[in-house]
Amino acid sequence: MFEFSEAFTIAGALIASGDADLFEIVALSLRVSGSAVVIGCVIGFPLGAALATYRFTGRTVAIVVVNALMGLPPVVIGLLVYMTLSNSGPFGWLQLLYTPKAMIIAQVIVVAPIIAALSRQIIEDLHVRYDEQLRSLGVHGFGQLRTLLYEARYALSTIVLAAFGRAIAEVGAVIIVGGNINHVTRVMTTAIALETSRGDLALAMALGIVLMCIALIVNGTVVAMKRTEPEVAYG
Amino acid sequence: MVSPTLALPFERSGSGRSILPVEVCGLSYSAGDTHILRDIDLVIDQGGCTVIMGYNGAGKTVLLRLLHGLIKPTTGSINWALDLPRPAMARRRAMVLQHPVMLRRSAAENVRYAMKVHGTSTRVREERLTRLLAAAGLTLLADRPAAVLSGGERQRLAVIRALSVEPEILFLDEPTASLDPASARAIEDLITNARDRGTKIILVTQSVPQAQRLGADVIFIHDGQVAEHVSATKFFERPASENARAFIKGSFVA
Repeated sequence: MFEFSEAFTIAGALIASGDADLFEIVALSLRVSGSAVVIGCVIGFPLGAALATYRFTGRTVAIVVVNALMGLPPVVIGLLVYMTLSNSGPFGWLQLLYTPKAMIIAQVIVVAPIIAALSRQIIEDLHVRYDEQLRSLGVHGFGQLRTLLYEARYALSTIVLAAFGRAIAEVGAVIIVGGNINHVTRVMTTAIALETSRGDLALAMALGIVLMCIALIVNGTVVAMKRTEPEVAYG
Repeated sequence: MVSPTLALPFERSGSGRSILPVEVCGLSYSAGDTHILRDIDLVIDQGGCTVIMGYNGAGKTVLLRLLHGLIKPTTGSINWALDLPRPAMARRRAMVLQHPVMLRRSAAENVRYAMKVHGTSTRVREERLTRLLAAAGLTLLADRPAAVLSGGERQRLAVIRALSVEPEILFLDEPTASLDPASARAIEDLITNARDRGTKIILVTQSVPQAQRLGADVIFIHDGQVAEHVSATKFFERPASENARAFIKGSFVA
């Protein structure tokens, strides 16, 4: 039976020695998930703010759809993106399958609904409180939307971190569209799955430790940001 | 009243005629089956301070919101002497809400925000900001987050934020409710100062002494209707209606 302590020791040595393979995998993970979250924010925040402030027919349906997409399993998203990007799919000609770009696309679809749905909730609450004041100051429509996004900045940055946590820990979507190709599309979660099945528990554990550290840093940042958020005097 | 040597704010900014007087014709406002205001006819003139008084739930706040343009009348109309498009109107009519909402930024930024909406140039903006913060005694608190200010400080900030666009009319909805006497005094000073600079003040208040100190004329609203609109002296010395008499005395009417 494999010993935990042994795995940890080898994992520690791999991290300490700056193992090139290990760091390549970590770097790709950060790049893919980081890009996905940035793009997800560009899509998700305005969408969430628009759903929160504009009244249009079909708004309730749109909110239900976005909320439902938030709960969609990454594997299913991976499958849909795979079908779209495969040679016989509508975007097959782009030749994106099994590239980091495909992984970013899949993860954008994973995180954008989360960002949109959570920011919609926050901005809608804020909108109820601010609407009359902003209209009184002569701020309408798009101006209100911009102001509310800025006013909600603390809560929204928590959403960004939650989305990043989701993206970096996700395996289903990236393994289907990325294919876990060594030096090309291998990220932490897919590598852990592979190395574990191959029996290289030390490398898997080293990656697991890095992943846990990232999770700790992200959550620590969330707590720290909650602390610095100024008290809101109007309930 | 307005001293002839003092230019009105809108004349200072060179944008032409006054939007006053405003004529309110047959104005009614209902929310569902509840008739909040009924058949209001009013003329509000330029300059000075008009006080709106009445019991809680009489419809004072709704009347103010209608005049400010936050809500639309159910029937009837509000005719301004000068009909301007919405953004221009917003700059002419400012309001301190009953519960002002402060943005989550510094006191100074809250005031800057109001001016930026109307594209006030940076130079004018900073000039006014310095003057207004000083007038409100908030200079030292300028960089504090607005949310941590005390009730009195926040209310002063709300008043100077509304005044920062140099409106022609300033609506105030019970601006000194729940403030201590010194804070209330500070708010009154800001109001009289703005009035003397030519801004028309429309003030909702429950305080008879405050109405006597500030008001030139009084509109007494009872049960969604204008019971009286007379000069302040007349209103407080010889109120015409039983309700107004009871209101001034502070006694109960059924």
